[in-house]
Amino acid sequence: MKRKELDEGLKQLQELLVEMGERVEHALAEAMASLQTLDAEKARVIVEQDRRLNELEERIDQLGARMIATQQPVAKDLRRILTAFKMAADLERMGDLSVDIAKITLRLQGQTLVKPLIDLPRMAEVTQQMIHESIQSYVQENVDLAYKMAKDDDEVDALYNQVTQDLFKLMVSNPQTITQAGMISFAGRYVERIADHATNIGESVVYLVLGKRPDLNV
Amino acid sequence: MATTGMKVKDLSVFYGEKEAVKKVSLSFSPKQVTALIGPSGCGKSTFLRSLNRMNDTIGGVKTTGEIWIDDVNVNDPSVDVVELRQQIGMVWQRPNPFHKSIYENIAFGPRYHGIKNKKKLDEIVEDSLRRAALWNETKDRLHNSALALSGGQQQRLCIARSIAVKPKVILMDEPASALDPVSTSKIEELIAELKKEYCIVIVTHNMQQAARVSDRTAFFYMGKLIETDDTDKMFTNPSEKETDDYISGRFG
Repeated sequence: MKRKELDEGLKQLQELLVEMGERVEHALAEAMASLQTLDAEKARVIVEQDRRLNELEERIDQLGARMIATQQPVAKDLRRILTAFKMAADLERMGDLSVDIAKITLRLQGQTLVKPLIDLPRMAEVTQQMIHESIQSYVQENVDLAYKMAKDDDEVDALYNQVTQDLFKLMVSNPQTITQAGMISFAGRYVERIADHATNIGESVVYLVLGKRPDLNV
Repeated sequence: MATTGMKVKDLSVFYGEKEAVKKVSLSFSPKQVTALIGPSGCGKSTFLRSLNRMNDTIGGVKTTGEIWIDDVNVNDPSVDVVELRQQIGMVWQRPNPFHKSIYENIAFGPRYHGIKNKKKLDEIVEDSLRRAALWNETKDRLHNSALALSGGQQQRLCIARSIAVKPKVILMDEPASALDPVSTSKIEELIAELKKEYCIVIVTHNMQQAARVSDRTAFFYMGKLIETDDTDKMFTNPSEKETDDYISGRFG
């Protein structure tokens, strides 16, 4: 085993994951901003930029596979690579879900929102913070921060309940809003899914550091 | 007769003043392969050789502590060393066949232990060579010199020779380190076969080999046993940082 080459590869994996994390955080923030203002131009940029996330995931897969094939990593080195695979898959999916939100903006362009969005952007903010902290917990190998994901995820779930209840009430009182309110409710669902993936990253970090995988998504 | 394995308690081995193995306690279960790993000079080979008292042949070696195979204390002065080594066989790093025919290499041990019947010896030779996955390659030239065999074949012959005397335990000191990849892989497959019947203890410098062939791994460092656990656990999530550093190539 060439220790230097292995260390170099592990460092590269971390850099790629950090870039993915930053891009996903940005994609979610921008997707939510585009929805709040029904800004189609902003939404198109998100869809366009998702390609880079897919590329990054592929690079992580290739680099990790090459390291396993040529360096035969074990113990924590091996866990680092396995963690990178899983985190990259989570982050890529989070990017796709941000694109799904942006696509709702594109569907709704030209309309007026049936209600101002308040809890949904709040949900997105908490989720964005989760993405940030999940990557931080990974870089610092901070297990406490990783476990915090479970608590934050509960907050997101509670906000999601609030969002859907408000939208259902609106749809019942004014059936004309059903199509749009239904789509906004989907956007809420997507944000909630993103938070679940951030929680998965927390689980991966615990596995990386302690060698056991907890279930934080309960 | 089936063995219940070996138990080592507080074993120390001294070369003169130098304590090469420091109070090591370790058990070996039957039908399991245990790999001893660690950097050069960590005491793993000395430890291995003490299990069937090969260290007796080196002057100035003192051993303390206990080594048990079933109910026999290996270090007890009343133990017949030849009989002990029949029960606990050894395969060395470099294949060391006798300068005799393939047949005689295998028949030597059983004959020494009193088997004179030709038919019985023929059976033992065939059975041992089959178990060592060497029968098909040698059945037509049993009376040719063993030295004409390739390195990998010679090593399998040495394994066949050690199982011909029906041991309970087989010790292997880097049995594949002098062999090419194909021969290495044959030896590894053979180890997997042999463990169905024997208790095997193997010293290896090749981490991947330890991970592939063993059920349990013991990590030695500076004469001490640092950690022992199931091999799966040792190579994915060892408990000790020194183990992680060693198997990841950070030192050693």
